Order: sequence, then structure tokens, then C-alpha cells
Amino acid sequence: MIQAIHQLVSRTAVMPATDVDTDQIIPARFLTTTSREGLGSKLFHDWRYESDGSENADFLLNRPESAGCQILVAGHNFGCGSSREHAPWALLDYGLRAVISTEIADIFRSNSLKNGFLPIVVDDETHKWLLENPGCEVTIDVEQSTITLPSGQSASFPIDEFARYCLIEGIDQLGFLQNHSDAIQQFEETRTWKP
Amino acid sequence: MNSNVPKTLFEKVWSQHLVNDETPATPAILYIDLHLIHEVTTPQAFTLLREKGLPVRRPDLTLGTMDHSTPTTPVRSFKDLAVVGESAANQVVKMQQNCKEFGLQLHGFESEFRGIVHVIGPELGATQPGKTIVCGDSHTSTHGAFGALAFGIGTTEVGHVLATQCLLQRKPKTLAIEVSGELQPGVTAKDVILAIIGEIGVDGGTGHVIEFRGAAIEAMSMEARMTVCNMSIEAGARAGMIAPDETTIAYLKGRQMVPAGKTWNEAVARWLDLRSDPGAEFDKTVSINGDTLLPMVTFGTNPGMVIPVTDVVPDSTGDASFRKALDYMQITPGKPLSQSRVDVVFVGSCTNSRISDLQQAADILGGRKVADGVRMLVVPGSQQIKKEAESIGLDRIFVEAGAEWRESGCSMCLGMNGDTVPSGQLSVSTSNRNFEGRQGIGARTILASPMTAAASAIEGHVADPRPYLQVAS
Repeated sequence: MIQAIHQLVSRTAVMPATDVDTDQIIPARFLTTTSREGLGSKLFHDWRYESDGSENADFLLNRPESAGCQILVAGHNFGCGSSREHAPWALLDYGLRAVISTEIADIFRSNSLKNGFLPIVVDDETHKWLLENPGCEVTIDVEQSTITLPSGQSASFPIDEFARYCLIEGIDQLGFLQNHSDAIQQFEETRTWKP
Repeated sequence: MNSNVPKTLFEKVWSQHLVNDETPATPAILYIDLHLIHEVTTPQAFTLLREKGLPVRRPDLTLGTMDHSTPTTPVRSFKDLAVVGESAANQVVKMQQNCKEFGLQLHGFESEFRGIVHVIGPELGATQPGKTIVCGDSHTSTHGAFGALAFGIGTTEVGHVLATQCLLQRKPKTLAIEVSGELQPGVTAKDVILAIIGEIGVDGGTGHVIEFRGAAIEAMSMEARMTVCNMSIEAGARAGMIAPDETTIAYLKGRQMVPAGKTWNEAVARWLDLRSDPGAEFDKTVSINGDTLLPMVTFGTNPGMVIPVTDVVPDSTGDASFRKALDYMQITPGKPLSQSRVDVVFVGSCTNSRISDLQQAADILGGRKVADGVRMLVVPGSQQIKKEAESIGLDRIFVEAGAEWRESGCSMCLGMNGDTVPSGQLSVSTSNRNFEGRQGIGARTILASPMTAAASAIEGHVADPRPYLQVAS
């Protein structure tokens, strides 16, 4: 289901704002879709477009230097708020593959990992350097759990072992759960009270 | 595990639902007792089931409603209800089809039990202490008020639960938030949770399950406790929980989905045993003095940017995100919010749409008028609450004051069902998010309690509700 990802090499686009919530990533009025496709055009919609529908030329993703960037460097606590999985769907559909921050909200992180979008949390020093050096080429190595800056300096990032394995192998976690159906059935039969 | 080690409420519920415990290599497999579903975050999950040829494993543990993209326009019959927009209408039809095809119970338009998903779960008694409850909605934390472990999930996980009734989860950390003392008149559960978020920040709970405890929490009604737990996610927390007690039991007794007879007595004994053991350790503890809390209002674009209604807006303009928020809100540092003219007042949402919320707003509005130029919407959380409010005449108080009385739904909380705040207008809202554009493109939102919302509607600017209480007594 998800595309396996071992390593990502890309220039960065830098969005320093803190606490960017999923309503900004994709506003609620676009959630009336019944598909997960084609949401890239709605990504950061109300920051990206003026009220008349024209592009806001100042907005990060509309600037020429952002073209082709697959890594977003964001301020602290990216992806807070609503649980909408439309947020990572929109980011991926737009062409982004990773976000780097000092904190990433729980539900957004979980949704991202299930879609092969990389939520990367780095230390303050690495983050500060990335914020101050937009457009630099960064290597995210999922297998090694490291991010390497143009200087060659590396920093490791925390990632759940199981999530890392699924990303590298392109494994759909539903299959893992289905393989435990006997254990699930046994739990249902032997628990002391029934819901 | 050594049973003599004191356990927290969370740890008890967690350990009772482990199909498999976590290891360094694999997350825990957590069994889910109740899966609440709605029209917005499920269609892609049903598509996945269909593609894989999978049934829903436990239709009996799945309960559906329609709330997010449904209109709240008053109608004589739900046959007359026109969903706003083609894609929203399609989504509603898909929800009906999916529930029918997979054999799931749906409280659709014709059901007298339809309402906001986090309102009807407790109302029907589907929400019970000790259950694991999930929904594709971050405000699922609401159900933690009953001592359930309840949290929001994404659509992929909705698919996992539909297919296997389980989720892969890492065990979160625990955070105890102790609210001591007694709340003053005019200070409500909403003010408590806003003050907590102001204190710990919008990421203060990240990675944690909160247990709210202390005298001020114990004194709260179930509806007030739901308001507190509802906004746990606004502090970034995975879930919020409150230990079941006699208040919980009294609320649940006789509701249609709770056990009856001998099973009821067994359930009550089990529920009352869930409270955190004396000496149980939390990863983190925060203490708040309930005696000194005041009515709270937000001034920025996240729920952590919050002040007592009597304060002036702080000045942190050195911080670019803070400056951007105040620019968006058109609010000046150093000035009180009472100088901000209000265009819209919204009483509703899964945070504050229950009967006691409506009663509190009505107590202030009774015999008074909504100020000229202010549009006030009152949206009950469910059709049952609507019926109850009408039976005690609250609807007439609202209508006579000049407010609109609507059908139930999420309404103006999230601007995806036709109820929106026009661009640039200032809204005082009892909902849970003051994010940019949350209530409509360019809408400016101030979060407040139902009392503060009602007082602000009367005065036409952000107002302290407490003078109205003194007049009343």
C-alpha cells in the first residue's frame, strides 16, 4: 500500500511558524471528499491563495526556490489539532515526503507514518541551523535514523522501531494486525467482561 | 505484572485491553470496545475494506451518526433537509450506503438519537467506564470523562478497527492534572480547561494521557467533566480521563445501552474499582488552584493563547508566531478584549452543547436581548438535547432574545456544513478551536464558556458573565 522509503535527499522549504495545525494544512471545508486522492491542490489552501483565488506570491510554497523541495522544515509542534488524515494525504499529493521539527503532534505523526510521510523530530541545535539555512540539501536516512546536513554533520532522530521497519519494507500495518486474528479471537473469548 | 504495584486509572484500562503487550520491536495490540464513526473520516476506510474484501469484524461494537457535514437549518421534517454542497451531500449518502452494506447501526437523519458523535455516545450509555473508545475525530477524548480510554485516530486506523477491532499502539505516558479547591460562581469547566491549556501550552500533553483529578473535578457534573476531557487534545494530549465515581454511576443508570439488573451491579463494582490506586505514580504532575480561576477567553489563534476575561492582552510581539496571531485577530496587545466588537456568538459543539451548557446561556439571556448587529446561533448537541431544551422552554428564551435555535450538529465549530462566520468577523464561540479560518475563511474566533458567550451576545463585545449572575441572585 505505502511506498517503501529508505533514504530521502532533497532541498528544504522552511516554514518557521510554530503550532501549525491541521486546519491550516487542509481546511475542514475540503474534507467532504470521499477519496484520498488529489488533495495536494488544497494543501495550505488559505495561506497559499488570496480570497480571489489567485496565488499569494509571498507564501513559501509559491516561491520559485520551493519548487521540487520534498522536505518541509517547520516550527515547533507541527500538525496539532484535528485528527484528519487528509493532512498527510495533502502533503504527499503535493509532492512533500517529510517534515522536520522539534515536536510533531501525536495523531498527525501516527497518520503520517501510515502513509509513508516522514515526521522527523530533531534537536534544537539542528533545527535552528535548518531554519537559518533554507534551501540546503539534506539527507534523511530512514534505515540509520539519521539526518545529514550539507556539512556532512549528522544527527540521529527518534523513530519507533516498528514504524521504521514498515517504512523501509513498505508494509501495510493492517496485514500485521490480521496475522494476529487468532490472538484477537482468543482475547474476545477469554476476557472477564464483554463490552 | 506485580499486582501489588499501585496502578493509575489509565494503566488499569490499558492493561485490560492488551491482546499482545508491546516489545521494543512491535507496538501493543490494543482491543477496542467501542468504535464511533461519522461521515467525514470513514469513506476512505470503507473503500479499503471493499478493495480487500473484508467485513467489519464487530458491527455490534460500531456506532454511527452524521454530524460534521450535516446542516443545522431548522426543518419540519428531515426529508426537507438539504445538505449544503454536492460533495457533502455525496458524503452523507455514502455514509448511509456504507453502514447498510456493512450492517452497522447508524443514527441518520430520521433517528431521534442523531447528534454530535461525542454527545450521543454518553447520552445513549454506549460510553462506559473502563472501555477503550476510538473515533476518527480528535475530540474523542470527551468520553474519558467516564473513565474510558478514548482517543482520536486517523482514517487508516479507522480501517484497522473496522477490520480487526484492534489498534497498534505504543503505551503513552501519564500526566496528572490536579485542580484543587472550589470554582467561583461564573467559572465553569470550560474556563478550567482553557486555564489548564494556557498553563501547560498546546503541546503540554503531547505523548501523554491526562488524568484530571482533585476536588474541583470531583465536584463537577458529568457534562462539565466532558467539557474538560473534550479539550485534552487542545493541550496535545492523547486522551484525558477522570475516575468514575457516584456522579458517573448516577449519570449512566437507566440509559439504553448500559447493562441492567445483576450485570449492572457487577459493572458498577468493576467501574468503581478503576480509580487510580493510592500512591500510583504519574510521569508528570501539574497543580492548578481552582479557587482563584476566572472566566477565560482566548485572544490568539490557538487555545493556549488565553487570558482571564478581566485581563489585558499580553505583549509578546518579539515572537513572530505571536505577532502573526494578533495581526490575524486584529487585536492589540495591552488592551482588554472588551474593546473588541463581536459579530457572531455561537453556543454549541461537542465541547459545550449539552443541556447544562444551554441552561447556563439561557439563565443569562433570559429577559434580555442579543445586541444589535450580533448574530447568535444556539445549536444543541443532539436531537435528544433539542427535545429536552424545548420541553423546559429554553428554545423560547433564545428565540425571544433574538438568537437562532437550530437542529443538532457540529455547525459553526468547523465551517464545513453551511454554518460559517463571514470573513473578518469576530465570533465568541463555545467550541474548541480558534485556529485561523476554523469557523470560516478569515473568521476570527474567541473561545469562551456558554456564560461568557451569552454575556458577550447581550453587550455586543467580549464580556464578563459574573455581573449577570449577581443581578440574578
